[in-house]
Amino acid sequence: MARQKLLEVKNLKQYFPAGRGEVVKAVDGVTFDIYKGETFGLVGESGCGKSTTGRTIIRLYEATDGEVLFNGVNVHGKKTKKELKELNRKMQMIFQDPYASLNPRMTVADIIAEGIDIHGLAKTKEERMQRVYELLETVGLNREHASRYPHEFSGGQRQRIGIARALAVEPEFIIADEPISALDVSIQAQVVNLLKRLQREKGLTYLFIAHDLSMVKYISDRIGVMYFGKMVELAESEELYRNPIHPYTKALLSAIPLPDPETERTRKRIVYDPAQHGYRDGEELEFREITPGHFVLCSEEEYKRYRAMYA
Amino acid sequence: MVEKILQVNDLHISFDIHAGEVQAVRGVTFDLYKGETLAIVGESGSGKSVTSKALMRLLPTPPSRIKQGEILFEGKDLTKLSEKDMQSIRGAKISMIFQDPMTSLNPTMTIGKQIMEAILKHQKLSKDEARKRAIELLQLVGIKNAELRMKQYPHQFSGGMRQRVVIAIALACNPKILIADEPTTALDVTIQAQILELMKDIQKKLGMSIIFITHDLGVVANMADRVAVMYAGKIVEIGTVDEIFYNPKHPYTWGLLASMPSLDHKDTELYSIPGSPPDLLNPPKGDAFAPRNPYALKIDYELEPPMFQVSDTHYAATWLLHEMAPKVEPPAVVRERMKRFADIVARKGGKPRG
Repeated sequence: MARQKLLEVKNLKQYFPAGRGEVVKAVDGVTFDIYKGETFGLVGESGCGKSTTGRTIIRLYEATDGEVLFNGVNVHGKKTKKELKELNRKMQMIFQDPYASLNPRMTVADIIAEGIDIHGLAKTKEERMQRVYELLETVGLNREHASRYPHEFSGGQRQRIGIARALAVEPEFIIADEPISALDVSIQAQVVNLLKRLQREKGLTYLFIAHDLSMVKYISDRIGVMYFGKMVELAESEELYRNPIHPYTKALLSAIPLPDPETERTRKRIVYDPAQHGYRDGEELEFREITPGHFVLCSEEEYKRYRAMYA
Repeated sequence: MVEKILQVNDLHISFDIHAGEVQAVRGVTFDLYKGETLAIVGESGSGKSVTSKALMRLLPTPPSRIKQGEILFEGKDLTKLSEKDMQSIRGAKISMIFQDPMTSLNPTMTIGKQIMEAILKHQKLSKDEARKRAIELLQLVGIKNAELRMKQYPHQFSGGMRQRVVIAIALACNPKILIADEPTTALDVTIQAQILELMKDIQKKLGMSIIFITHDLGVVANMADRVAVMYAGKIVEIGTVDEIFYNPKHPYTWGLLASMPSLDHKDTELYSIPGSPPDLLNPPKGDAFAPRNPYALKIDYELEPPMFQVSDTHYAATWLLHEMAPKVEPPAVVRERMKRFADIVARKGGKPRG
C-alpha cells in the first residue's frame, strides 16, 4: 500500500521529575506512524500516558528523548519562531473539557479568529469575520453566535466552538484529546459525526485519544493500546477487537460493558496481572509484528508463541 | 408478587431561581421492588439526580421545593417527614453513593473513623463493636489488610479503593435501598467492572434494592433488572431491561440506543438526536421531546402523551402507541434489536424478566 506517512513517532520518551531525584516515566519509548487521512485511536486507562503522548507530539511538552517527524520535519529541537509558527498551523488540538478550554472573557469570534490573527490569514476585518461565519456554519452553529461568550453555550456547542477554532488555521492534523468524554450520549454522536464529516471534506488526519473503546473503534482506522507509558498493541481497529493478542488488551476489552443485556449476562471478565508474562530480568521486550500490521509488545519467547497461535 | 419497597407518585420538584421557576422534575411515578436494581437513565438535566436526591431529601430548600407528589417508604410519606425523622432514615435505611469518591470522603479523617461514624450514628454499639463492624465492612467490599487500612487517610487510596470505602460507609447500617448516582463514571473501565461486580455481589448477599443512576447504557445492560428512561423531568419509558433494550417504544429511547456505536457497523453515520434538551425554565407545550423527534406527530406539539401500557411491566409515554397513530419504522439499529426480542421472550418462557 502506498500510504503516505504524515506523522512518525520514534521511541518517544517523556519523563517528569517527581522530586528526590526520581522520575515518572509517563511515556517510555513509544513508536508509531500515522498515515495521511486516517484516524489513529489511542486508548488506555488514566495515567497510561496517552494524553502526554498527544501533548508531547504537538510540543506542549519538550520531549525527553526520541523524535516526532511531521511530514519528515522534526517537531522538537531548536526552531526559529517562523518554523514553529509553520508547525503550529499544521497541527491543532481539541481538548477534553469544553468548559476549561475556552477563554470566558473572549467572544466566540475572537476565540475562533485568534489563530487567523496570529498567522495573518485574513487581510481585512471583513475577511476575518467572513471566515469566522463560515467556520461557525461548518461546525453547525449560526453566525449570530459569533458575538456571544462561551458561558452562553451548552457543552456540545462549546465543543463545536473548540473544533471551529482548531479548523481556523486550516490544519492537516488534529489531535483530539478525549473530545467527547464530557458530553451526553446524544450529543456525543453529533460531535463524532461532525468530526467524520470534516475528515471526509477536508482530508484531515486525526489522533483520537479516548478511553471509551466503543467510540474509538467506530471512529478509528487503527488503534494503539497503551499501558504504563508503553504501547502494548497496535492494529487495525477491526483486527484489534476481533483478535486481541496482548493480555492487557484482552482484559481491557473484556471490561467494557456493552449496551446489550444478553451479552452482559454471559460476559466473563479477564483480569490482567503484569506478572503473568513471567519475564526474566534483562529480557528484551520489543514491539514485534505478529500478523501484517498487527504489532504486540512481547519477548522473543512470546513472539514465537503468538506467531504459532495467530500467524 | 414481589414486595414494593418504595413508591414514588407524581413527584414534581422545582427550583426557584432569579429568572423564574425551573421545573426539574415534572411528574415522576415509579415503584421499587425488594432486591431489584432499577436503573434511571437520561442526559444531564433530565432530572435523574434531582429525583434521587429528593428521595434522600438532600435538596436544599430553598431554592428547591417539592411542589407535589409523594414518596412512600415503609408506610411513611418522606416528603412530609421532619428533618429529625428523616435523619433516622437517611444513611440507615436509604443510603447513597456519589460519582466522585474523593469529594464524598473527608480528607482529614481516617477511613476507619469515617466508617465508624456512620455506624455509631445509627446503631447502639460500643466503639469497640463499631470498630469490628467497620473492619468487616472493609473486608466485605474487598479491601485487604483492613486493620491497617482503617488507620489510613483517603489520599492513601486509589480511586477504585476510595469508591469501595464509600460503598462500605453506605452499607454500614444494612440499608434497604442503596441509591448509586453515577458511581463508576469517574473510574477506569477495568476498575468500573470491579465495582459493578462488587455491587452485584453485595446485593445478592444483603438483598437490598438499588437505584442506579447513569447515562452509560452499557452499565445499565450490565446492572439493571428494570430501566426507567428520563427526559426533561419525566419518565418517558419504563420496563424490564430486555423490554427497553430489545423492544423500545419511545423515539427518545430509540435515539439513545441508536446513537451508541454497535460493534459491527462502521461506515454508516451514527444516528444522532438533533438539537439539545429543552430549557426547563419554560418547558415547551406538549411533548418536550417533540422538537428533537423525527417521528413527532402534530398532537405532540399540543398535548402531552400519557403513559401507554405495552405489557404488565412496560410503559411508554408516546402518542405513537395510540391506536390512531400511524405505524412508523424505528431506526435500523433498533429494528435489529427488536428482531431478537421475540427470541429472548420465547427462551425465557413467557414474560421477560431481567
